[in-house]
Amino acid sequence: MIQPLTMPEQGYTLTPKEDAIETQMLEVSMGPHHPSTHGVFRMDVVLDGEEVRRLKPVLGYLHRNHEQLAEKMNWLGSIPFTDRLDYFCSMTNNWAYCLAVEQLAGIKVPERAEYIRVIMAELTRLQNHSCQAGFLLSDTGAWGTPLLYAFREREKILDLFEAASGARMMCNYMRFGGVRADVDDDWLAAARKVVENYPCFIDELEALITGNEILLARTQKIGILPRELAINASITGPMLRASGVDYDIRKVDRYGIYGRLDFRVPLGEVGDVYDRYYVRILEMRESVKILQQALRDIPEGPSDAGVKMRNFKVPVGDGYGRIEGPKGELGFYLVSDGSTRPYRYHVRAPSFINLTILEDMCVGHKLADAMVILGSVDIVLGEVDR
Amino acid sequence: MAIDEGLKSELRKAGVFVTTVEDLYNWGRKNSIWPLQFGLACCAIEMIAAACSRYDMARFGAEVFRPSPRQADLMIVAGTVTKKMAPLAVRLYNQMPEPKYVIAMGACAISGGPFKEGYNVLKGIDRYIPVDVHIPGCPPRPEALLDALITLQKRIEQDHLTGKHRLRAYDKEQKAEWPVPEYGEHDLEPPSNPDVWKPEPMKRPEAK
Amino acid sequence: METVDQIKDRIEAALPGVRLAIEGKSLVVDRQHLLDVARFLKTDSELAMDYVSNLCAMDWLPSQIKTRECDREVVRNLPGHLEVVYDFYSTAKKHGPVQLRCRTEGREGTPSLPSITPLFRGAEFQEREAFDLYGIRFEGHPDLRRILMWDGFKDFPMRKDYRPPDDYEWEPTPHDEVLQQTKKHWPAPPPAPVKPA
Repeated sequence: MIQPLTMPEQGYTLTPKEDAIETQMLEVSMGPHHPSTHGVFRMDVVLDGEEVRRLKPVLGYLHRNHEQLAEKMNWLGSIPFTDRLDYFCSMTNNWAYCLAVEQLAGIKVPERAEYIRVIMAELTRLQNHSCQAGFLLSDTGAWGTPLLYAFREREKILDLFEAASGARMMCNYMRFGGVRADVDDDWLAAARKVVENYPCFIDELEALITGNEILLARTQKIGILPRELAINASITGPMLRASGVDYDIRKVDRYGIYGRLDFRVPLGEVGDVYDRYYVRILEMRESVKILQQALRDIPEGPSDAGVKMRNFKVPVGDGYGRIEGPKGELGFYLVSDGSTRPYRYHVRAPSFINLTILEDMCVGHKLADAMVILGSVDIVLGEVDR
Repeated sequence: MAIDEGLKSELRKAGVFVTTVEDLYNWGRKNSIWPLQFGLACCAIEMIAAACSRYDMARFGAEVFRPSPRQADLMIVAGTVTKKMAPLAVRLYNQMPEPKYVIAMGACAISGGPFKEGYNVLKGIDRYIPVDVHIPGCPPRPEALLDALITLQKRIEQDHLTGKHRLRAYDKEQKAEWPVPEYGEHDLEPPSNPDVWKPEPMKRPEAK
Repeated sequence: METVDQIKDRIEAALPGVRLAIEGKSLVVDRQHLLDVARFLKTDSELAMDYVSNLCAMDWLPSQIKTRECDREVVRNLPGHLEVVYDFYSTAKKHGPVQLRCRTEGREGTPSLPSITPLFRGAEFQEREAFDLYGIRFEGHPDLRRILMWDGFKDFPMRKDYRPPDDYEWEPTPHDEVLQQTKKHWPAPPPAPVKPA
């Protein structure tokens, strides 16, 4: 007789499947210290043999009170903190916050600054997606090697960030109405060189892993996310597009100069882990196209609108500004009471909300697949927990 | 017991290599530090970068990142320790075998850093466990982590197996476990470990 | 997309008994009708708001508004309340947002609001976050537990009147609030021995 697992405190009962093999339900707590949880993330998993029957994410191990701190300091002071939300993509975080404040305060951004912002955001997308591919492969068991390739390429982009902003990771580069420091011609030449060579790296990465038999076996038909569920669960970013929903905020909102740039939105068909991986590869190729156009057309002119940062105040009101970050829709909901600090500062973090349907994707798969599915969601705990 | 340096070099000329057990032991340990793969926040990415191609921590013998605390002898606290994470960090430290070392990487691990005012942020991991090397920076560059590693290696070189200042592992009177804090209703209980951490008394400006 | 006024008129026509107010760009809906309005936004073929992007809780302390009416000052007392703001978008029609606001009755204890999770899965974690940090009880939520803080935690830390535990270490230059807190806890160094004259 197979004993069902009853958890009175949590209020659920699970009965093992009736088959020839007698199995026992096992509750495993994975994390927060685990090599494949991408940081301090915990999953309470109930296993039937090796099969996942129930999976509850436990968050908050990196809850750094970003929102409350931002409500205690002035508008400008939050920009360095946005860097530390999704610490892979500090540039896009800066942009999302600045965009929300600019919408609220009605600041017009000069042309050159818009170009620089697009260049920085797309470079961020390139390095985020390549590292994501590396981490995903780490989760499938290719420990290290693809990650080394990705980080080699990432260092080149970080050098560009460092030359422009002074910091490798925490760039703190964008300001309300522009960017903090203009880039010079040498920097643009260096950026062109990196962008020119990037397709070679994508080819190299693809030659290494895309057609790899093991990768195909580990990722295809794993963690399928149906289209309707993806929309209903507010999934955004490459994950949503891998499920076949054509929704890219760069195309929908046309913020910045994205309305003028020519690029396509890659879509997946099945919505499995493989699609999510491959949509990111294709997005990198589109990013290279965007970068080439932006680096070609960048105009001369001022790189910021000359907004006085000291004692910066925002008119009374509230507003929601959002951009398409590398991980999905990154939005800031801000409420101003007319003083030097926001009354309410809320981050709509993409990887936090993308975790909502983790259980739906994992149930029925093997435990080892759950790690791969988690890897394909592409979470960063700084943003999940804030 | 130290050997006379002059005698040592004379013997070396004759093809005899003389050392002490202590020196040999320390030499072996310092060149094969196995860090715990313990990434908490932003600094963890710089820790990975330090292990990757450009900075290549393997040059200093510390590239074998171990997922299990039982196989590691260095804990790099890379990132913000929240109050929710602090008991687990202490527990991981307790699980590591002696002799063990801790590097507090970045402003958050040292003092809470920019997030110090947060209600869920621990104001420095040294409230619960002893820290050997602090690296400032937010986040510190990979070079800074390498520098901290070299600093730690120099420290390991000077460890003693016997005598008054011997390693904790060889001192039976030293306790082996650090108390793990518990989740309270408003805060961690206790908020710090008085054996490890004593705050400096507040200096009030004197009235003139 | 239609304007806020048009959407308000259509909702009030379609759902009898619903009264909406317009505040800025958003529609204010009362607690009883939040689910109906959300369902209307989702199922209406014109709007097709299938995607709730953002759910943000807010805390408003009791306040006073002073206005001048007919040469005399009128003071109105506003009761404190918690508020949730929803931003709806449409992935099918690619338009939006429609912003809804819903307010609780008072802010003592854990006031309740209806949960929209049965309609929109995307609100699940966001509502749990609002419960954790603000103490809004969402009726009908399938799994309402704390999400960021630990389970035994008693406070709602994002509320405006929350006081964090006093665990600041010694600061070189304590000032204002920190100084007051510090004085309570940290002992002053023992007085220096008085030198004989």
